[in-house]
Amino acid sequence: MKLLVCISKSPDTTSKIAFTEGNSKFDENGVQYIVNPYDEWYALVRALELKEAGGGSVTICTVGSAADDSVIRKALAIGADEAVRIDAEPTDAYYTAMQIAEYAKANEFDLVLTGKETINYNGSQVGGMLAEALDVPFISLASKLEVNGSTATVESEIPGGVQVSEVSIPAVISCAKGMAEQRIPNMRGIMAARTKPLNVVAAADVPSLTSFESYDLPPAKAACKMIDPENMDELVSLLHNEAKVI
Amino acid sequence: MSTLVYINSSNGIGKAALEVVSYAKKLGSDVTVVANGSADEAALAYLGEYGASKVMVDRSVEDPQQITRMVNAAAEATGANTVVFSHDLTAKAVAPRLSVKMKAGLVSGAVAVPEGDKVKVNVFSGKAFGHVKINTDKKIISLLPNSIQPEGGGSACSVEDFASNAGDAAIKVLETKKPEGEIPLPEAELVVSAGRGLKGPENWGMVEELASELGAATACSRPVADIGWRPHHEHVGQTGVAIRPNLYIAAGISGAIQHLAGVNGSKVIVVVNTDSEAPFFKAADYGIVGDAFEVIPRLTEAVKKFKSSN
Ligand SMILES: Cc1cc2nc3c(=O)[nH]c(=O)nc-3n(C[C@H](O)[C@H](O)[C@H](O)COP(=O)(O)OP(=O)(O)OC[C@H]3O[C@@H](n4cnc5c(N)ncnc54)[C@H](O)[C@@H]3O)c2cc1C
Ligand SMILES: Nc1ncnc2c1ncn2[C@@H]1O[C@H](COP(=O)(O)O)[C@@H](O)[C@H]1O
Repeated sequence: MKLLVCISKSPDTTSKIAFTEGNSKFDENGVQYIVNPYDEWYALVRALELKEAGGGSVTICTVGSAADDSVIRKALAIGADEAVRIDAEPTDAYYTAMQIAEYAKANEFDLVLTGKETINYNGSQVGGMLAEALDVPFISLASKLEVNGSTATVESEIPGGVQVSEVSIPAVISCAKGMAEQRIPNMRGIMAARTKPLNVVAAADVPSLTSFESYDLPPAKAACKMIDPENMDELVSLLHNEAKVI
Repeated sequence: MSTLVYINSSNGIGKAALEVVSYAKKLGSDVTVVANGSADEAALAYLGEYGASKVMVDRSVEDPQQITRMVNAAAEATGANTVVFSHDLTAKAVAPRLSVKMKAGLVSGAVAVPEGDKVKVNVFSGKAFGHVKINTDKKIISLLPNSIQPEGGGSACSVEDFASNAGDAAIKVLETKKPEGEIPLPEAELVVSAGRGLKGPENWGMVEELASELGAATACSRPVADIGWRPHHEHVGQTGVAIRPNLYIAAGISGAIQHLAGVNGSKVIVVVNTDSEAPFFKAADYGIVGDAFEVIPRLTEAVKKFKSSN
């Protein structure tokens, strides 16, 4: 089975979130990038498990600039066979998805896995867009995935529960918690990653449909009101009269 | 000019549906709803009270590809230039598809009514806001639940059957598992949550009692779900469920940044922790430095007392 895993980067969660150029750009100064945890822990590791069980190959694909190569190598160290970087700044989800779609159309994958979302900008858009562009089914927020021949059985979140469904492949599946256990790359993996192929392909000519114009930080939270642990009646009364939430 | 709102009525018409119709009304043009699902005619007509002038319903439609075709057909039929979703699980599967089909820019997770041509969203796990411009004539917005208050006061509207010719379903549902009687976490307005400070799964009884007294859902930190003290669907945070209830009570949770990422959209946060230096207090509205094993049962009693006197 040929598997494609879409890998994005995200700022390390302890990064300070700040903006520059009149609040129009994310301030990357001092920011460490990691592989987006959903892409790494869930999508990539499940793809590797499927390959280990049934053979095939795992390709990872990133839309990004040369600065992202170090993040791509981190993902290769976990075990993917090869990487493809589509050489472009991912300006919005549509642009990103159309780039990946061009590549996926030319290379015919059985299954494309994405993470649930990037934690910086788009919020669960790329996978569905990719599926529509490839005209294949998309199952979002999958927590389990098994493949039997030409069908995949997927467990996914629904309001207040889970649904088990069956879909024919090729398909696009976005991966959430439950899919697999995090793998820590070992020394051998890290060494091997240095020599694995990282192919850079030129970007296709596609538009962006949206643009981030500016950012702002939420207003600072008022100081926390401390309550005597003996006096929970006071808390209840504050929640009722002041906060008006009960 | 008109606005189209998509509603999945499979679980009835909930608050989120009223929010999106109210939101669409605030965009200033005529609002049509296109729905699938099983809600009856009266429930659908009720959307008129929140600003819909008409509801079109195709009950044969189920899977995301069919819904995409149905909404696209409805947008063509009504000439809508904006489509609004509630940013729920269905929207996450459908709105991106529709964006490609209509070639309409999508903003997902809007938290406010657009100012001029910009839509406000959460970015960086709720640590900042972004203002997004949609550069296409046709626009799609999905609204984060609990972002605006529904505004009723209108009158019921007409409901029409809509033959959307949405084609076949590609996804075959084999089984649906839903814990009975529990409040689904993403929809809960009140949430009681606990972490490793509770020492073991046997101590969750007091958390459940407080939750049931308040009519709240229960949640937990990630290590607690990882060790198997609590079910995985209760895990909130950056890698778990993101929630924004009116009230979030956290006991024995340190308030790591990855935990906060999933709960910092809560309107009011109450933190109970033995350690006055716990980072969670910085994000809290009300703080109690104390032992959860004493404070939680005491709070449950106080809630009981409050309810019986109100
Ligand atoms: C990439 C990444 C993603 C992550 N995603 C998530 C996520 O989605 N969600 C998440 O929750 N975590 C996540 N984590 C883990 C996170 O960093 C913390 O380790 C975790 O939230 C800590 O859980 P905790 O507060 O329950 O436990 P601890 O950090 O052990 O804190 C226990 C707290 O309980 C207090 N306490 C002890 N006894 C009592 C008592 N009797 N009464 C009251 N208080 C008491 C202690 O003072 C302490 O503050 C993630 C980590 C990483 C690296
Ligand atoms: N620049 C990118 N390159 C490759 N894959 C991406 C990129 N951005 C997003 N993705 C994939 O799409 C998923 C959903 O992203 P998003 O729509 O941004 O929330 C991510 O988890 C990744 O798997």
